[in-house]
Amino acid sequence: MNPFFAKKSLLMVALTTLFAATSAQADVTIISFGGTNQKAQAKAFYEPFTKASGVKIVASEYNGEQAKIKAMVEAKNVSWDVVELESPELARGCEEGLYEKLDMSKIGPKADFIPSALSECGIGIFVWSTVLAYNADALKGTPTSWADFWDLKKFPGKRGMRKGAKFTLEFALLADGVKPEDVYKTLGTKAGVTRAFKKLDEIKPYIQWWEAGAQPPQLLAAGDVVMSTAYNGRIASAQKEGKKLKIMWANNIYDFDSWGIPVGAPNKADAYKFIAFASKPENQKVFSGEIPYGPTNVKGTAMIDKAVAADLPTAPQNMKGALASNTQFWVEHSEDLEQRFNAWAAK
Amino acid sequence: MTQYSATMPAPLDTAPEASLQSRLRRAERMNKLKYGALILPLAIFLMLTFVWPIAALLKRSVDNPEIITAFPQTSALLRGWNGQALPDDGVFAAFAGEMAQIKGTPVLAAAAKRLNMEVPGFRSLMMRTVRATPLEAGASAREVLIDADPRWGETATWQLLARNASPYTMRYLLASLDHKVNEQGKVVATSPEEAIFVDVLLRTFGMSFVVTVVCLLLGFPLAYFIATRPVKTANVLLMAVLLPFWTSILVRVAAWIVLLQSQGLVNQALMHLGITDHPLQLVFNSTGVYIAMVHILLPFMILPLYSVMKGISPVYMRAALSLGCPPFRSFWKIYFPQTLPGIGAGGLLVFILCMGYYITPSLLGSPNEQMASYFVAFYTNQTINWGMAAALSAILFVATLLLYAIYTRLVGSQNMAARAR
Repeated sequence: MNPFFAKKSLLMVALTTLFAATSAQADVTIISFGGTNQKAQAKAFYEPFTKASGVKIVASEYNGEQAKIKAMVEAKNVSWDVVELESPELARGCEEGLYEKLDMSKIGPKADFIPSALSECGIGIFVWSTVLAYNADALKGTPTSWADFWDLKKFPGKRGMRKGAKFTLEFALLADGVKPEDVYKTLGTKAGVTRAFKKLDEIKPYIQWWEAGAQPPQLLAAGDVVMSTAYNGRIASAQKEGKKLKIMWANNIYDFDSWGIPVGAPNKADAYKFIAFASKPENQKVFSGEIPYGPTNVKGTAMIDKAVAADLPTAPQNMKGALASNTQFWVEHSEDLEQRFNAWAAK
Repeated sequence: MTQYSATMPAPLDTAPEASLQSRLRRAERMNKLKYGALILPLAIFLMLTFVWPIAALLKRSVDNPEIITAFPQTSALLRGWNGQALPDDGVFAAFAGEMAQIKGTPVLAAAAKRLNMEVPGFRSLMMRTVRATPLEAGASAREVLIDADPRWGETATWQLLARNASPYTMRYLLASLDHKVNEQGKVVATSPEEAIFVDVLLRTFGMSFVVTVVCLLLGFPLAYFIATRPVKTANVLLMAVLLPFWTSILVRVAAWIVLLQSQGLVNQALMHLGITDHPLQLVFNSTGVYIAMVHILLPFMILPLYSVMKGISPVYMRAALSLGCPPFRSFWKIYFPQTLPGIGAGGLLVFILCMGYYITPSLLGSPNEQMASYFVAFYTNQTINWGMAAALSAILFVATLLLYAIYTRLVGSQNMAARAR
């Protein structure tokens, strides 16, 4: 999950690096995407880990930018031990030598995990999903497909979308009638990309772009938008706070967030211990209870309460028609598609 | 020193005079060295903190180390290739050999990323190909490569490699001006749906210009007002100007969001007064950006104006008025020209600061208000394309220098400096 608030996280990073430099070396620095997601991680992973092992954790947040990590690794002055990553960044960073190749024997049996959650340099923390969320008070009727997101007559009002090509183009194609299994095939062609942007043109004046995961619930609750793409966990947190927000699961796009260890991390041994701890089914279960993201440990899935399970991206009814984010595609195409998106958005 | 040497007597031909002259010269040289030693620390400091980073930045915008680092031998061979037919077996063999050497290293990833920038899909082509290496003894490199991916049998693929087999590239600079080198090696404009930076640069200049003009219109009367008050009042007023100046930019930007949002104070006030019946869109568009930028940059206009106005003796105006010149005319003919150095300094300061603005438009604007520095940050942080970030900075840097040159030509910096005293 991408962004939180850039400036705030910059400050936090500066503070924590300062803190990490002056405090005892044994503290493990863990960087995540912040917000309610980080709060859930603190409850499920950080606090119990410190209690069990005595190792203190310095928790901080960032926006997913790889520049800082690259700069730290190249300068051989790494202050981060464990980093939460989205899949394309993990794959790219792994190839470019930013992340340690993980030794699974220090973490847990491979068979316990969803196979696609494991990669050379990363191990899945949870499954999250980008869904269509809407304000039930502001909308007459119930949207049932991405075509409804584009239907300005049936559902008048502004739409929120994540600023960037990733997911935005996929949803445009889905709304244009492309089948989920053909989305990335279509997007791989020039005509497919043009088709996606043409579809986006239809609602462009009505789009309010967001960058941080915490924004869509706010925009929806404040009535600034009537529908928005959103991370399912953030919407669930807002529901808990009593906001009347709803999720449409049809054709959601899911992906993993993973743990990675930057090359040259100062406390590698403790970093491994932490990842192993956070990958245990009982801890992942607590996490899913805090924020409805699905566990990557298969044993964890079995432990989850039925009420919670229905809200997870991994629930069978939510998985139906869902689209797995194609990491390989985005590793390859993010450069040119993001450029084209920027050009399109700025016009 | 120059003044000193200029007053020296003209050289004479006689011998004793010449020795006096050489002694004089030596003394002069000693003096020069002493002065030099005094400013040496400053010179070194400037070199390290100012000249060197800019030079490094400019170099980065044309750097192209990825391919020659990964494939030194192949690069050398490709430089001698005519580019017409497929390269010979030697090139294939060298390429396959070097592929095997860098298999699984960041060097390969960097080269693949660099080529993927030119042609999307090249990353997987490289990754697929490297799996076919190292070659088995006796295998033909040409067959193995083409077998791994048929694109190795196309001249275009090798041309792409050959084009990037040099330590420098114009790619990033061209891309920052919405141009690229096509497959035939010619410079062409990028397709309209991908072109963006020329518009962004023009927008950067346009917005900076508007902000500067608004700052001048607001700042001039205020500076005049403060400059003509008694010292006590002037000090209080100056504090009022400086106080927000000392507040963090982020705080001020956040405050504007709170004030201008649809349920914010400004909109509520407007609705209470009956000026509008529905909230106006004042933030996340150009209105919000302009309001906040003018607010943040106003002190940079007021302070130089104030200092210049403070130095203008009221006697001139009084003289003009007493000689029967009407008030506005005497202001325009007598007072205003004397404030020009202040207007120039303030305008230049605001304009140049404005061109580099990043946080304000990114927090208060929509994608339509993002200026060049937003994209510098985008390429630095998001896509880690530091060549592109450097190229955009370089273009901005050159544009600023050009502008400064035009400005000094128009106003005359010597003249300005003399008058600004």
